[in-house]
Amino acid sequence: MAGVSTSHEMGLHTEPLKGRDIKTMFTLENEGGYGYAFARDVDFNKRAEVDAEGKTAREVNSKIRELMDSGHGTIVLKNPGAAHSLVVGILNRANIIVEGSLGYFGCGLLDGPNVRVSGRVGWSFGENLMAGTIVVEKNAGSTFGAAMRGGDLVCKGSVGSRTGIDQKGGTILVGGDTGAFSGFMMQRGRMVVCGNAGKNLGDSMYDGTIYVGGEIKDLGVDAIPGELTDLDKAWLTRKLTQYELMPEKGVDHFTKIVAGKQLWSYDNLEPSEKKLVL
Amino acid sequence: MCGIAGLIYRKGTSNIGQEMTDMLQALKHRGPDSTGFAIYGKPTKGQHVLRFKVAEQEDLDSGLKIHDEIKDRRSRVDTILKELGAKVTKAEEATEYAYRYEIQFDGDMKKLADHVEDVEGAEILSIGNSLELIKDLGDAGVVSGQYGLGNFTGTHGIGHTRMATESDVDIRSAHPYWAYPYNDIAVVHNGQITNYWLMRRQLEREGQRFVSNCDSELLAVYTASNMEKGISLEESLTQSIQEIDGVFTYLVTTADQLGMAKDTMAAKPMVLYESDDMVALASEEVAIRAIIPHEIDTWDPYDEEVRVWQA
Repeated sequence: MAGVSTSHEMGLHTEPLKGRDIKTMFTLENEGGYGYAFARDVDFNKRAEVDAEGKTAREVNSKIRELMDSGHGTIVLKNPGAAHSLVVGILNRANIIVEGSLGYFGCGLLDGPNVRVSGRVGWSFGENLMAGTIVVEKNAGSTFGAAMRGGDLVCKGSVGSRTGIDQKGGTILVGGDTGAFSGFMMQRGRMVVCGNAGKNLGDSMYDGTIYVGGEIKDLGVDAIPGELTDLDKAWLTRKLTQYELMPEKGVDHFTKIVAGKQLWSYDNLEPSEKKLVL
Repeated sequence: MCGIAGLIYRKGTSNIGQEMTDMLQALKHRGPDSTGFAIYGKPTKGQHVLRFKVAEQEDLDSGLKIHDEIKDRRSRVDTILKELGAKVTKAEEATEYAYRYEIQFDGDMKKLADHVEDVEGAEILSIGNSLELIKDLGDAGVVSGQYGLGNFTGTHGIGHTRMATESDVDIRSAHPYWAYPYNDIAVVHNGQITNYWLMRRQLEREGQRFVSNCDSELLAVYTASNMEKGISLEESLTQSIQEIDGVFTYLVTTADQLGMAKDTMAAKPMVLYESDDMVALASEEVAIRAIIPHEIDTWDPYDEEVRVWQA
């Protein structure tokens, strides 16, 4: 590689990328970098309430946007009534407090806000979370944190099946149990389950790390136990303490699960080798 | 997609008709094609409630002759009941084509059901001492209003809002399904049964009857077959998880029980709320919140989970 100074010399493309690339999505002039050019500048001390009673998801989400447009940085959502698709698509810093429960696809496509939900949440909560923190005080449904890319997604109760399916980054923390197929096709990031994990944990995971404090029913294809290092323990202690999920007996008992990486070159395997892997 | 819901009171009764209506109306977006209820009132000693239909709703559009045909079919059912020794003590017309009879009968219920269904277009929706099974096209509000369920007092019930994916939009394919010929047993299902034809052929060889091509009916027939063999509801639900292939969450009610089973993949949703007085469960929490507006603790049952509650 000596003498190669640019990616072009390595044979990579020279044409400019088209579409919504980093040049158009972000403004580097923003203090703190990488904020969306159209992100709202809000004041966390400016507080407002939205009553979801009798309103459609579109009306509630539009109202939240209007309030952020007018600089409100702390928004309290009242009477959500377990309705679907609330608090979605927020791409700037803000404090959102949900007093009650949310239904399906709650807090989807978030990039930046801090959200606290006092109740329970339904399926596909926190889907595609890119940055920020979301804390759910009670239980959550299946596909919690599906395809999330960044941020911290916390459920203090138990979650359903397929938690963190297709997770690409960030951290999922679960205070209770998780159901079957959690970490299915996980690609990056970390998942921490303080309680028990259902069957096929980490099935077909490409990468990433899963920590389980309780019992694991069984591991999925290509998920294998890893060594719990001092670095792991320090990270677990920090994260679990941060969200008040630290078990009384500490973190030494956690089991670490990683990808066996036998599936990485799956397409190149002979049929007989595939049988061995699967 | 379909939506299912169930409700059971552990200590006493409630306005189960209106509560199930509210729950199912909140699930309308999961299935607008048809709605069905299986609700349980006070058991009638020595009396059976017979719910049956002699035509589909869409048949009414087939011409003027159908109205005479419907009258004729009902008259033939009346004759059969009389011939078999069933005394009709009360007869109500829920719609032009669907009826509710209270009958006194201590003979062979299977024989009675078979003879009634020999009449063209006739299908028994349910027979029971406390079960009232109502299903028709439209949302929960429409069906409940049509059949006067608003003031129905009872202990438990299940219901279904259907999005037709596997078979026609008609009453025959609507849920709940009665577990012929067993008194007071009904089933609702959300999902797809992938070994339907294999299981159906096996059950038909055992002498079980199917009235539709809807895969969900299999669960009712399967439950009935197990009951015939003396298998308990809980055992039947547990066994079904291994024997039925596909994705499913389903609910079964008997005269005094409500049971649920979830498949090995936990692919179909179910949210559960339990208190000392009652248990409510539904495909989505919004259905439970339709009858309990304040904040509650709910959770999702896991894969292969089976639960049975007693009224």
